[in-house]
Amino acid sequence: MTLGTRRLRAALLTGALALMAAAPARAADDGQVKDFLLDNGMEVVVIPDHRAPIVTHMVWYKIGSADEPPGKSGIAHFFEHLMFKATTNHAAGEFDRAVSEIAGSNNAFTSYDYTAFHETVPPSALEQMMGFEADRMRNLILTDDVIKTERDVILEERRSRIDSNPQAVLDEEVDATLWQNQPYRIPVIGWMQEMEQLNRPDAKAFYDNYYRPNNAVLVVAGDVELDAVKAMAERTYGKVARGPDLRPRIRPVEPEQNTKRTVTLTDARVSVPSFSTQWVVPSYHTGKPGEAEALDLLAEILGGGNRSRLYQELVVKQGIASEAAAYFQGTMLDATNFTVYGAPRGDAKLADVEAAVDAEIARIVKDGVSDDELERAKTRYVRSMIFARDKQDDMANMYGSTLATGGNVKDVEEWPDRIRKVTADEVKAVAARYLVFDRSTTGYLLPQQQAGN
Amino acid sequence: MTMEHASDFASPLLGAEGRGEIRGSHTGGDLAKRGRMRGVPAWQGRRSVQHPSTVSALRADPSSPTRGEGGRVHRAFVTLCFALFFLLLPALAARAEMNIQEVKSKKGVTAWLVEDHSIPLIAIRFVFDGGSAQDPAGKEGLVNLMTGLFDEGAGGLDSDAFQQKLDDAGAEMSFQAARDGTYGTMRMLSQEKNEAFDLLKLAVNQPRFDQAPIDRIRAQVLSGILANERDPNTVAQQRWLRAIYGEHPYSRSDEGTKDSLATITADDIKAFHKANFARNGLHVAVVGDIDAATLGGKLDEVFGDLPERQTLAPVADVTPRLGQQLEVNYNLPQTSLQLAWPGVKRSDPGFFATVLMNQILGGSTFTSRLFSEVREKRGLAYGVSSDLVDNEHSHALLVTTATRSDRAAETLSIVRQVVKDMAENGPTEEELAAIKKYMIGAYAISNLDSSSSIAATLVELQVDNLGIDYMKRRAALIDAVTLADVKAAAKKLLSVDPAVMVIGPPLVQVAGDGKG
Repeated sequence: MTLGTRRLRAALLTGALALMAAAPARAADDGQVKDFLLDNGMEVVVIPDHRAPIVTHMVWYKIGSADEPPGKSGIAHFFEHLMFKATTNHAAGEFDRAVSEIAGSNNAFTSYDYTAFHETVPPSALEQMMGFEADRMRNLILTDDVIKTERDVILEERRSRIDSNPQAVLDEEVDATLWQNQPYRIPVIGWMQEMEQLNRPDAKAFYDNYYRPNNAVLVVAGDVELDAVKAMAERTYGKVARGPDLRPRIRPVEPEQNTKRTVTLTDARVSVPSFSTQWVVPSYHTGKPGEAEALDLLAEILGGGNRSRLYQELVVKQGIASEAAAYFQGTMLDATNFTVYGAPRGDAKLADVEAAVDAEIARIVKDGVSDDELERAKTRYVRSMIFARDKQDDMANMYGSTLATGGNVKDVEEWPDRIRKVTADEVKAVAARYLVFDRSTTGYLLPQQQAGN
Repeated sequence: MTMEHASDFASPLLGAEGRGEIRGSHTGGDLAKRGRMRGVPAWQGRRSVQHPSTVSALRADPSSPTRGEGGRVHRAFVTLCFALFFLLLPALAARAEMNIQEVKSKKGVTAWLVEDHSIPLIAIRFVFDGGSAQDPAGKEGLVNLMTGLFDEGAGGLDSDAFQQKLDDAGAEMSFQAARDGTYGTMRMLSQEKNEAFDLLKLAVNQPRFDQAPIDRIRAQVLSGILANERDPNTVAQQRWLRAIYGEHPYSRSDEGTKDSLATITADDIKAFHKANFARNGLHVAVVGDIDAATLGGKLDEVFGDLPERQTLAPVADVTPRLGQQLEVNYNLPQTSLQLAWPGVKRSDPGFFATVLMNQILGGSTFTSRLFSEVREKRGLAYGVSSDLVDNEHSHALLVTTATRSDRAAETLSIVRQVVKDMAENGPTEEELAAIKKYMIGAYAISNLDSSSSIAATLVELQVDNLGIDYMKRRAALIDAVTLADVKAAAKKLLSVDPAVMVIGPPLVQVAGDGKG
């Protein structure tokens, strides 16, 4: 049980890093993050960390599911899978075997705003990894056979992740209701009927449009020197021709929202009900200065862990909830969501929990937050950045996701200072401006009536 | 939501423990774990894709790096403090190898320490022998409940005051009940180590177990149990455990049941705490910004005044009952398959031969035989894998996958053919050479990627009695395994008729689905 654990990762979600001056560094350049551009437009970020002879190598493409053409949902994620197939220079599986042979690890992931590929290897293998990544950026061989088999895999993935799980089914439809126009309404994995139709021409078009050095960010974190990384990157990625300029990532945005919406799923597999309420709020990329920072602090104070208002009031004092929390996902290219959720315990009803959550939000909107709780929340965030330095992949992910969603290295480094500057009034103001029940979306997951059981 | 190429997800059946991750709370964040989070960045999403099931089958819990020699290495990133393996990575030899010191305090508490002053934090992990298998009959869930109470008041501090101080100190503290051990961890900033260790001392020595927190945490655990009582995978896992383990304590759920939880009193918890938190069952590891002398003092403060001897109930060894087929029929869009063969004891001379065999069979994420046959060639599943499950009193090799229901019989048949081929012919020389190289080098990446995971690894090495020089010896142990050894291990374990569980619509048999 980890009830006592601070929710460190809440802070990581903000995509930030503090360079703690107090930390004695083993090597002169430890923590000195540098970035530069290759001639073909590829961005490179180097995060030295000499504690271990290991390096994490990541390529982030500024392409995610929210960039997909209409009717082709799931193509971004499908394409991520296809990147593991044969190229003109390497047979299928050769890259995986090469990573395995040097005892490294590799994988990839897709989200709304980006797709990333990564390997963790000894530094001596870094250039080899760059060579493989640069190769598959342009040289994939896509055949109908490859497409058909891998499409079956993503259909199984959808069944595993979504269709087998009532909570995931509900979440998907809550998203489709929360977002009336913005592409975040479409699931990353895609809608089943569209996934089934994805084909080679779709994949080829997607590849040619987006898998280009001028649409990619290379993040190298670990036991490496800046100059060496630069030279290797130029010898590998530097050889890939720049692609046509990409259009700015201007996607449909939300119209004014005027309604309170509810989405309900009843399912025989559910026995304890739960709810979530979501609002459309600005992200770090779309918000006015300080707004996203204030939302991060609001989420922490309202529902960030077991010292939060929701936990203390609903779980501890009133004893009506088994859980109650809030979160904000700020590292997004477009407007994002702020979420509260809860589930009842004992004899309490779901409606009691929802009303109590709403009351806590109303209290912050009306009375704001105290200086003490604001300071505590800030301290937790800033401190968590020291913990983050203990994991190379956390560091690489912070920079990669920030750069792939319209931010830069400075944004990451200055985040703790911006957090420190947020005032209690600003936290109250974002709560009042955005957490308005008349324009919210609530999802209910409910048990089926006993008769059906 | 974040999607991934590989399947660190495919087997909800294993639960978090089977994947070498530390279990999350049942009470906080279950909703989040169900994948609620839209747009969560990758590092979050990957961790949050877990089935909320409270029962996991045949687990190797918790995060068990040495026992998990056969475990998969998913997306393991690395930040380890020092170089470890130089046999195959000669470039690393120039670096300091990880220096593990044995620290013995004045009062005689020992810990393994890796000093690393490059980041101002300290991670401590410890375990007391005896976990949820110690739950008295009728009081199942006791140890798990106890582990939820250490930050709910200790010494002169009530729940609220304790948590406030923990927050002030900026420390993270948690306790977990595993089958055979009760684990504690703390991560702290070194400049606030005095405050943090003071709180740990209170929690370990003087937990209050006040009635109000007991009732609240009990209610939260109960909510988790109720929430899963109609979940097909949870129900199926409970049936599986009973079928495999019979009446043995391993057949029970850590969380207990509605009835058993209701019977647990504060006195029960205090009695177990007293019996369990004693020095002869304690193993401690510390990593980070602290020197041996300072640590010695802290060890005495935290553990020095505990009783000398544990008083634990004996737990019998149990051989899983294989050779049976369990169908749990639900109308689901996908069918989950789970197959168990015999495993191997950590102390068995054939341990590494079995580990290497398992890795070739289904342990390696993208290059294993099962991955190739089930996913790459046929697109039958998103995830398929084999794991060695190693509890103190029971061992198994577990294969799991999930596939569209109309092809479940075909998938089962392919899995059994792959296993049969391994049993009859073993791996090739080339496969063995490649996997040895991988296993030797990957240990650091998969087990030592942060201060916390180094500490966790060092604790398991102590639990398994492998010696402080194990990491230096490990490569040679693996290199010494011959093809004949691996073939013999495969034949011995995989020729046995497995236990098979099918969760989903009734299985439609296909021609040629022979037993493997």
